[in-house]
Amino acid sequence: MVNPQMVMYEEEFNQIQVVVDRLVRDANAKVVFIVDKNGQLIAAAGDIDNVDTTSLASLTAGNIAATGGMAKLLKEQEFATQFHEGEKANIHIQLVGNRVILVVIFDAKSSLGLVRLRVKKASEELNHVFETLLKKAHEPGTDSPFAEITDEDIDNLFND
Amino acid sequence: MSFINYMAREINCKLVYYGPGLCGKTTNLQYIFERTNPEHKGKMISLATETERTLFFDFLPLSLGEIRGFKTRFHLYTVPGQVFYDASRKLILKGVDGVIFVADSQIERMEANEESIENLRTNLAEQGYALERLPFVIQYNKRDLPNVASSEELRQLLNKSNVPDFDAVARTGVGVFDTLKAVAKLVLTELRKGSGG
Repeated sequence: MVNPQMVMYEEEFNQIQVVVDRLVRDANAKVVFIVDKNGQLIAAAGDIDNVDTTSLASLTAGNIAATGGMAKLLKEQEFATQFHEGEKANIHIQLVGNRVILVVIFDAKSSLGLVRLRVKKASEELNHVFETLLKKAHEPGTDSPFAEITDEDIDNLFND
Repeated sequence: MSFINYMAREINCKLVYYGPGLCGKTTNLQYIFERTNPEHKGKMISLATETERTLFFDFLPLSLGEIRGFKTRFHLYTVPGQVFYDASRKLILKGVDGVIFVADSQIERMEANEESIENLRTNLAEQGYALERLPFVIQYNKRDLPNVASSEELRQLLNKSNVPDFDAVARTGVGVFDTLKAVAKLVLTELRKGSGG
């Protein structure tokens, strides 16, 4: 495969969760989540029971991909930040280290200024964690749990 | 690019339905959505025009069950088939783990099928993928229509590397799950081979 496989370990997951939990509080946000550029949800915090994070994750990635496509046409590297303002809810989208996407949903209890400020700090922390994660995934001896699956395991998935 | 999450004990893979305009990619997803138990599926999202042509993509998250204690989740995407949406098609192929090519069996769509599979090859190559090395299956759709080419003709034209292929009528569901299962199996087999990245 051309792309390295994205792997998430417990240690880094916990570090990421700490950052997003704190961002919800510090930015007065409703929901914060992190998605990889392919639309896989990595972590979420806040009032997540009332939003469809899986769908939001895929649409966010689509949005970032489309914006990245526009950037390329304009000979820009990336448009790293996006902001969508609604009547009640607003979404702030930030590309972190060109790898993952940090999404903050907030309402009138917060402000764009505050969100931007807190996102900036969180991005730096997240970037650091994802760098470690990437290095770790490249280390030899980190075998996928799928290395030893059998044809039977795979067939069993489809026996319904 | 699959995503293995040790914390949540799940693995996520991305499948893309590719093919010429109106070949039935969205119909495949709609059928899968209708026939899957609610606990195994998420919401289906369609970014379509007012005339229900796919504008950007359709998206359907599915969970297939567990392998060795890991939940297997598949994210199904379709691309817009119309020729002029090529920039969007390229974006959707990013990070793909497996491809389903849906061919329109009608004789008058043969050229569109050929053009689309060539376009798939080109767009994958741009991102450093070779179609031959990806989990890949072909579906010959609309077999119920009167003006169709034979499966053998379609095979000769589109399936030169002899990947698994299936006759289908996506509207009524014939062959839809067979196609999905085949590509999912190939993706999981590839994960085993490519373990460790």
